[in-house]
Order: sequence, then C-alpha cells, then structure tokens
Amino acid sequence: MSESTLDMFKIVDEPIDVAKLADVVRTDECGAVCTFLGVARLYSRGREVVHLEYEAYPEMAEKKMAEIAREIQERWGTKRVAMLHRTGVLKIGEASVGIAVASPHRREAFEACQYAIDRLKTIVPIWKKEVWSNGEQWIGWEGQPPADLTPEKPQRA
Amino acid sequence: MRLRLKLFASFRETVGARDLEWSIDEPATVNDLLNSLVIRYPGLAATLSQGMVALNHEYVANDARLSDGDEVGLIPPVSGGALP
Repeated sequence: MSESTLDMFKIVDEPIDVAKLADVVRTDECGAVCTFLGVARLYSRGREVVHLEYEAYPEMAEKKMAEIAREIQERWGTKRVAMLHRTGVLKIGEASVGIAVASPHRREAFEACQYAIDRLKTIVPIWKKEVWSNGEQWIGWEGQPPADLTPEKPQRA
Repeated sequence: MRLRLKLFASFRETVGARDLEWSIDEPATVNDLLNSLVIRYPGLAATLSQGMVALNHEYVANDARLSDGDEVGLIPPVSGGALP
C-alpha cells in the first residue's frame, strides 16, 4: 500500500462502511487502528428524533478534512487518516461520520482519532437538521469565530 | 464585479437557492456583501452576522477584500438562533 495516496477525505451520500475505512488506513507498520462512528441517535435534548438531514459544503469540507489530517501528522506523526461524512436523510442508528486513524502504537491512534472528530465538528462546514414528529431545526455545525479556527496548540512535548 | 455565492442550511432555506450569482461595486469587502444581501433578503438580517464567511474555501474575517469571480460561502451559525 502506498504511503499517502489512499487516504480518504470525502463527503458521501451512501452508508459508511467502517471496515473499509479501517482497511484504507492500515499498513504493516501500524499496530493500532482506531475507528470512530458518529451515529444518529433517537433522543436529542429531550426530544424524540424522527430522522436527521445532513448538508455539506463538499469542496470546502473535503479540503478542511485534509487539513485536519495534516495537523494530525504534525502532532502525532501518522499520515494514516481517513474521514467520511454522509449527507442526506439518515435514519436513527445510521452513521453520519466515520473516522479511522492508524499508527504504530495505540496511544497515538486513540488521541488522533478523538482530535479528528472534535476538530471536524469545529471547522468542517456540515450542518444537521433534526426532524421531530412536530417540527424541525438546523442544529449541525458547532463552529466558532475565525479567531478560534487555528490549530490547537500541541499539548505534548 | 461578479461573485458566486454558496448558501447552506438555514441561509439556503431563507433565500430559496443554494447558488447565487451576485453583483457588487468594487471595491468591496465581505461586510459590504453581507449588507447588500440583507437589503435584498431581509429574512437573513437576524442570523447572517452570526454566521461565518468562507472566501474560496477558507474562513475569512468580515474586512476581507473581495475580487471578481470569488466564491463566497455563507456559513450559518450553530442553530440559526435560540433553541426551542
């Protein structure tokens, strides 16, 4: 497997296959593969959700995902990162976002995977609409003002 | 100059279009663009200033200068206002 060409940063409109995502990032040098799935849940702030709708700014979203992967490479030294985010209507239980990170050892994979989803929710332009039986509202993007969009300062020596 | 605007989520619904061709006199900043949008689409007045703007796929501040042909993404705030 080549070192860099198979990494994926994509907005998709079909179900996310987490096993495939893990396969994309793993190499023989990696002893750890950490995956994360964000899943549409039934209850949100006390309301029962019928379904979710996701919308993205795809060109920018994919660019920002690649940016997050570069931040991870600088901080944890691994290039093996893949991120998919689904758009359209999602039923309860379906995955909206999938992330996989592989590294030689587990600590880096866990930390980088958590960083990836936190950062994705901050800088990747994607919105979520919650649809309830009696209404709907855009919730999605948990962004912040531009001043807060620079990479977090490394906390490790 | 001509700009290509991209609207998403609550902004898209308010305007009724995802893509807009927009003309504005030069020179113009992001702030000038937002003001011209609110005049045309008063429904954006409450939320447009709470959102963010992406110029050619990068977040920018409201004093950023616009150029002919720029793609401007209008990024709505978290929830479009107070939660129910």
